[in-house]
Amino acid sequence: MTRSFVNIINEWDIVAARQLCREFAKELGFGIVDQARITTAVSELARNIFLYANQGIIIVEKIEKDGSVGLIIIAEDHGPGIGNLAKAMEDGYSTSGGLGAGLPGVKRLMDDFSIDSEVGKGTVIKTAKWLR
Amino acid sequence: MKIPILKLHDCLLISIQWELDDETALQFQEDLLNKIYQTNARGVVIDLTSVDIIDSFIAKVLGDVVHMSKLMGAQVVLTGIQPAVAITLIELGIKLNDVHTALDLEKGLKKIKMELGE
Repeated sequence: MTRSFVNIINEWDIVAARQLCREFAKELGFGIVDQARITTAVSELARNIFLYANQGIIIVEKIEKDGSVGLIIIAEDHGPGIGNLAKAMEDGYSTSGGLGAGLPGVKRLMDDFSIDSEVGKGTVIKTAKWLR
Repeated sequence: MKIPILKLHDCLLISIQWELDDETALQFQEDLLNKIYQTNARGVVIDLTSVDIIDSFIAKVLGDVVHMSKLMGAQVVLTGIQPAVAITLIELGIKLNDVHTALDLEKGLKKIKMELGE
């Protein structure tokens, strides 16, 4: 298994995305704490999709670079996009009244993080964790 | 799925045994407050030993139910938070302020008894 995905359409899919990514991380050999970090990050990203874009997709993929193995989570939606990216990356910023710890939390849980968003088009977040 | 709430003297005991989805968490919040009202419970212990992920939403629901219970006059202690869960909560930036915790169910019950002056 090198690639898997869950469509996020309703709130149950948040749980499905969590379970898929936890299993994926476990199989790659991530420890308990990293499994929890990855699972939590996925939960936040899936919830963001559900809250802001209504639907989207969470993809998990095995990655390799310079002899290291890891996984990348791609959260993609065609929702409203993020108007102020700098603000969205600030701790404590939320437009949903406190649901979701936001993107800075996800960034701290993972190793690599990138975001690409266009108003009216959607958002793609890619975040990776490497096996140590 | 409903989370069972057990009554022991003037305390309520809850052990969350499976992964929480949003709806179950919200249903639990309501059930617990109703149970406090019906039983006049003064203390509540919520054991999280079997919970291996708490994201920001579940954390908010748990934090809220602690403060809601307090409003009704019941003290709540959260017990058994796993190391991995504690690490991810802090890294995520979630602080469960003013929430009492204990290592396990036994210590949680002791803490409640102390809080209640028994």
